[in-house]
Amino acid sequence: MSASFSVFARELKLAWSGGGGAALPVGFFAASASMTPFAVGAETAALQTAGPGVMWIALALSSLLPMERLFQADLEDGTLDAYAGSGVGMEGIALAKTLAHWIATGIPLAVLSPVLWIMLQGAPEQSGLIFAASLVGSLAFFFFGSIGAALAAGMRRGGLLIALVTLPLYVPTMIFGAATLDAAANGADWAGALMLTASASLFGIATAPFGAAMALRTAID
Amino acid sequence: MLFEGLSFALSAGESLELRGANGSGKSTLLRILAGLTRQHAGEVRYSGAGDEAGRHFLGHLDAVKPSETAIEQAQFWARYFGRPVAEADAAMKRVGLSSRNAVPGRGLSAGQKRRLALTRLLIEPRPVWLLDEPTAALDTEGRTLVGQLVAEHRARGGMVIAAVHGEGFAGSRVLDISGLKARAAK
Repeated sequence: MSASFSVFARELKLAWSGGGGAALPVGFFAASASMTPFAVGAETAALQTAGPGVMWIALALSSLLPMERLFQADLEDGTLDAYAGSGVGMEGIALAKTLAHWIATGIPLAVLSPVLWIMLQGAPEQSGLIFAASLVGSLAFFFFGSIGAALAAGMRRGGLLIALVTLPLYVPTMIFGAATLDAAANGADWAGALMLTASASLFGIATAPFGAAMALRTAID
Repeated sequence: MLFEGLSFALSAGESLELRGANGSGKSTLLRILAGLTRQHAGEVRYSGAGDEAGRHFLGHLDAVKPSETAIEQAQFWARYFGRPVAEADAAMKRVGLSSRNAVPGRGLSAGQKRRLALTRLLIEPRPVWLLDEPTAALDTEGRTLVGQLVAEHRARGGMVIAAVHGEGFAGSRVLDISGLKARAAK
């Protein structure tokens, strides 16, 4: 227990220091939403139609960006060997690392999302809902992404593999999350869709550490 | 297959040097003993306190993070093993690295990184040490230090299995695994 918690604290500190992993995904997220008016046209109606979908795709892809480095650095410098050789379960390590990176990167994405929502002509009174949806959605994206990250950790250019493995796992969160935003934009009932998004992230938290741990044990074998 | 017909037993207070040419499988054997790599056949058995929580594995990679300072990394391992943080300072002094406490990992030389990795052995006392070329990159003084650490560990009833080239440890048993190369015909 102390091991997983100390890894969590260390990862959080490492993610914030040294230029931070959060800068690139947050910049990517902001850029894709700011580009949307140039691509789909600046009319309010067009933005309100395309906005929720574009935002959710941007959130998914921004969450995918930090995945390539999630376990790779630890594998390359021998830290994973040290963790595994000390008899601590890889599941706890995977959970601690993914959660720390979500706090460092996923929460900033969620904080930014209401701003982008308003930029895309969304109703400002829905900001709280958009924040909540992005928060649970990015949690699901990070945890499902961690499986791909662990599988690709031992590969030199594993980014493509991460995308191929992870994107199918993103589909449920993609559908429910975009449905939440769409319902919010159209003034429909969003509660059910938000619950389903949250259930996808709970499922991810409960299962992904086991998948990632299995892949990591293979990577250090 | 790297080797076959390998068999040895070690009791408390003993140390074993694994010797053999590059690529003969010393590191692989250590990784098997540490439970990191699965062996094709055969069995590794620890009795008493030699289970997972009773071993230290120091691979040829030092697990040093470039952006963390040396003392922060030692303190991290203290917290990781659930030991008092003060153990980190004591260990840094023992390996002769306390003057480099505030230097980030990227500023340490190869030998200093190795010394930092050695602090793990001191922070958390564990009976079995599995060391992959522990003296690699170390200067004469560093090699003497490793010899002393091994001797002290054995005096406390600990066990050491180490892959070594060149000078070994005093009073250590030697296992040369070059001669155990698996026959290709099998």
